[in-house]
Amino acid sequence: MISEAARADIDRWVEKYPEEQKQSAVMAALRIVQDENGGSITTEMMDEVAAYLDMPPINVYEVATFYSMYEHKPVGKHKLCVCTNISCMLRNSKGVVDHLQEKLDIGFGEVTEDGMFSLKEVECLGACVNAPVMQVGEHYHEQLNPEKIDRLLDELRQES
Amino acid sequence: MANQVCFRNNHLENSWTLAAYQSSGGYEAVKKILSEKTSPEELIDEIKLSALRGRGGAGFPTGLKWSFMPRNAPGQKYIVCNSDEGEPGTCKDRDILRYNPHQLIEGMLIAGYCIGASAGYNYIRGEFWEPYSRFEVALEEARAAGLLGDNILDSGFDFQLHSHLGAGAYVCGEETALLNSIEGKKGQPRFKPPFPAGFGLYGRPTTINNTESLASIPVILSKGGQWFLDQGLPNAGGEKLFSVSGHVNRPGNYEVPMGTPFSELLEMAGGVRDGHQLKAVIPGGSSTPVVPGDQMMGINMDYDSIASAGSMLGAGSVIVMDETTCMPRVLARLAYFYYEESCGQCTPCREGTGWLSRVTQRIEDGNGAQADIDLLDSVAGNIEGNTICALGDAAAMPVRSFLKHYRDEFQHHIDHKQCMVTSDW
Repeated sequence: MISEAARADIDRWVEKYPEEQKQSAVMAALRIVQDENGGSITTEMMDEVAAYLDMPPINVYEVATFYSMYEHKPVGKHKLCVCTNISCMLRNSKGVVDHLQEKLDIGFGEVTEDGMFSLKEVECLGACVNAPVMQVGEHYHEQLNPEKIDRLLDELRQES
Repeated sequence: MANQVCFRNNHLENSWTLAAYQSSGGYEAVKKILSEKTSPEELIDEIKLSALRGRGGAGFPTGLKWSFMPRNAPGQKYIVCNSDEGEPGTCKDRDILRYNPHQLIEGMLIAGYCIGASAGYNYIRGEFWEPYSRFEVALEEARAAGLLGDNILDSGFDFQLHSHLGAGAYVCGEETALLNSIEGKKGQPRFKPPFPAGFGLYGRPTTINNTESLASIPVILSKGGQWFLDQGLPNAGGEKLFSVSGHVNRPGNYEVPMGTPFSELLEMAGGVRDGHQLKAVIPGGSSTPVVPGDQMMGINMDYDSIASAGSMLGAGSVIVMDETTCMPRVLARLAYFYYEESCGQCTPCREGTGWLSRVTQRIEDGNGAQADIDLLDSVAGNIEGNTICALGDAAAMPVRSFLKHYRDEFQHHIDHKQCMVTSDW
């Protein structure tokens, strides 16, 4: 079931669009329920979103599988999204990836045994002048190097 | 001169606040327009005079685009801002959202007034949570100050503005895919015609402009179209933001006049990283053809000059590569990007980008065959011009240009199963 808090948040988005265009809130709704579910969505959740926004479920599935930020398999408590596109590549994103994979002992698309971290290769994050860049939750971490990464991993572990 | 348009407030403390924006004359342009009831035609003429060209990459004249809107037609019309900044190498709109969001809001207000729209959406890419949050705070400030909403400043003009968050899809930067995305659908581009000015968001007349274009509007109308024109060139006015990334000492966003020599821009960015030489430049974002470094040193940063080198200004996303760059490796990464981001709607792009990605990767890996180079050319040629949107062309152009200028490196990978250059990254 979609929680009270999530419903309130979704309603806030519904209000942004014309009355007969509730479907416009589907992207926000999927993000909201995904966040509440620890970072991934299930078919049941998509069906609930469909019912809540009066949409055919198939249209929700289409959206949920089209956009890259929706996850259909469980992810770590912290999803580390590393950009490896051109500007980051030129500033050694490979070094960032190698360091993370060695430290966490996982590859792209995998979750650490303790469920703390997962690693994802992403396309350009749009912060190219501060490459190499990684997104974790709502935040960007820029001009990465091994020391910065180690510090960040420690902070994220302590946060939990 | 520099930093006179979108970055003009960046030096102010908390430049993103309403107080800071108003301290530098913010919202004065829209106030004047609303109090004097300046005619939209007059404003559009001023923008035409400024020779502002769309900053999202296509370079279409903004004033002309606005004049296409049936602004007196009854019913709802929309102004939509494209902040779905996703072209690899581009990161300027993010800084406008972070450091000068009110100027964008004022630009959208004026745009709404000019095209007869009482509602607008700013489509911000899903990854930009921090810029989105800052834009949301600015919206709240503007609403509280009576600058957004019904009957703004007692003028009788209503304007509602909201942001819409994406969720990860490069193709949504294409304007009709973006509209579909706001409508809660897959972000697949629509066939044109009909054009958005006739059938846009929710089937209503809609104008879509890039963040930087809209944020330039208040400055153009405050200082005059002629002033803006004078900052740049006769067919491309103003200063423009250039994102300089890659192998330079000081990567960054630089707002400089249209027509600034590339060599000067490179110097501002601290030059090629110490101890290295310039090899190649992608001047306008990953989709634009690569230009060899020595040729680039004689080129200016404007549409015509870059076109003379066989490339495009695009979104002003300058990606600098030094001599340690393996061109097959870079092309393989770019080809993978387009494969990953193709929406799958048009067969030439859906299948072709996969071929480009696989073939460039096998050449990079040392598994390429002699026929692969011609195969790449042929696949690229079969995508070009055969798709609904420009993503297909965007995938093909890097392939064509990399092969044109660096064919020997691809040949070397095929012949020797290894790279010609040594790289520390």
